[in-house]
Amino acid sequence: MSAVATHDKTKEHVCWGGGCEHTQQHRLEVVDLSVQYQEVRALEKINFATECGRSMALIGPNGAGKSTLLKSLAGLIPGDTGKILWRGKPLTRSSHEIAYLPQRGDIDWNFPITVRGLVEMGRYPNLGWWRQYSRHDAEIVERALTSMELRDLEDRQISALSGGQQQRAFIARALAQEAHVLLLDEPFTGLDKPAQENLSRLFKELTAEGRLLIASHHDLQTVTGNFDDVLLIRRHQIAFGPVADSFTPANVSRAYDNQDQASSN
Amino acid sequence: MPLPTITDFLAEPIAKRALLACLLIGFSNGFVSAFVVLRKSALKIGTISHSLLPGLAVAVLIAGLSQWSALIGAIFAALIVGLGSIFLSRTSRLDQDTAMGVLYTTAFAAGLLILKNLDVRQKLDEWLFGSIIGMADSDLWIAFGISAIAVITLTTLQRPLLIYLFEPNIAASLGVPVRLLNYATFAVTILVLVSSLQAVGCILSVGLMVAPAATIYLLTNNARTLFWGGGLLGALGSMIAFFLSYPLGWSVSATIIVVLGTFFLLAYIFSPKYGLFSKRRGVA
Repeated sequence: MSAVATHDKTKEHVCWGGGCEHTQQHRLEVVDLSVQYQEVRALEKINFATECGRSMALIGPNGAGKSTLLKSLAGLIPGDTGKILWRGKPLTRSSHEIAYLPQRGDIDWNFPITVRGLVEMGRYPNLGWWRQYSRHDAEIVERALTSMELRDLEDRQISALSGGQQQRAFIARALAQEAHVLLLDEPFTGLDKPAQENLSRLFKELTAEGRLLIASHHDLQTVTGNFDDVLLIRRHQIAFGPVADSFTPANVSRAYDNQDQASSN
Repeated sequence: MPLPTITDFLAEPIAKRALLACLLIGFSNGFVSAFVVLRKSALKIGTISHSLLPGLAVAVLIAGLSQWSALIGAIFAALIVGLGSIFLSRTSRLDQDTAMGVLYTTAFAAGLLILKNLDVRQKLDEWLFGSIIGMADSDLWIAFGISAIAVITLTTLQRPLLIYLFEPNIAASLGVPVRLLNYATFAVTILVLVSSLQAVGCILSVGLMVAPAATIYLLTNNARTLFWGGGLLGALGSMIAFFLSYPLGWSVSATIIVVLGTFFLLAYIFSPKYGLFSKRRGVA
């Protein structure tokens, strides 16, 4: 399943999105981000910086704010203080360069839509309300379907897919959007072992193509090997850095120990 | 005295109007039912449709009986119950469904009391159960206008709307104007409900606004088909009901709902893909 072989590489950078030259310029920087949810402070002073070509695991106990952080990065929840910089500019609303993939449980799998229909949704930022679906759009959708090995399944309703195929269909939607950044909420959840291995291979290909992947993740056993960086949070930030440096037993226990305390304050 | 034949009956302007109204109202309600089914808001529609009655009552009380006072009253009532329930749930520990349940039954009961004391007995029955035979030319024009607005709005917004209905967060992340869609669809829903008030009354209107697309939902995997198929089925069902009800002497409104309910049952049992006897059932 090589996505690389199926499309033309642009000069240095192989992201499908246009208008970018160097991976170094595709920098996502979060500075002192805090988010308030009604009366509850969901996130406090989150700081990290990463760039295209890397993958980052978002680790923390339930209620730590993982989904909230992903939604903030997707422009779905406004931060109260601090800022999110994407390619040097403040991110104040949603951008087609950043794709959001919700948790499995948030999806209505019986919705009358086929795999192709789902992937075509990714063209919305380009098409708007009325613009005609063009050859160019069709080509990008084909490419996304092909690279996720979904060509034979494209007419299936989305519930008639395996868990791994469903996950790939949503990634294909993000590729059709020509996103540089993929924000995935618990992508490995509900997949069997082979599908998980398949997905982790896919992650490596997507980052090799120059995309930035940020995924919330709850399986502590599979962080090493699947991700380059890790961000440990529990409403506030516990650690950020390369997995080898920051994913230490000490940091993990700071994130998970005395959970009752964490949820009561 | 024997009944005049159906051809004689159709020669009457009043019958032509009623048939035309059946087609129009059936189509627009069926079309909008796709939205209601995909949004999973059938129960909410029931709530809002019941709250049209007290709106009518208050409008008649204040401004006297006229089409426009009735229309405006109905819209106001739907807004008050819709927004009121949100306000109640935010300012108390109740969830919105509970708040709505209390609000709309209370409003409905109050509406009944007012209308009974206002000496509009005839109108009350029409609003409760519909009176498609009693439609005037102006009623027909209102129904036509509302149908056109509904179909044009939902068709224009179809691309962003379908993404929004599929998953609101994905929609927002793609730049779909979620808030605008909410307002626009709410407005269309209320307008179409008001138009169906005349045909089937506020109690049965939920059926007309849910059953057509619910039936098509069991037959297709294409959301666009749901809209147009729902519209066609709504119109077809209403027309069949119109012709059935005349020789049988049944109420048109009740017949419409029974015919649509029968369609639904047939699809539920015999749908090739998602019917009771289908092998693929349960794949999900």
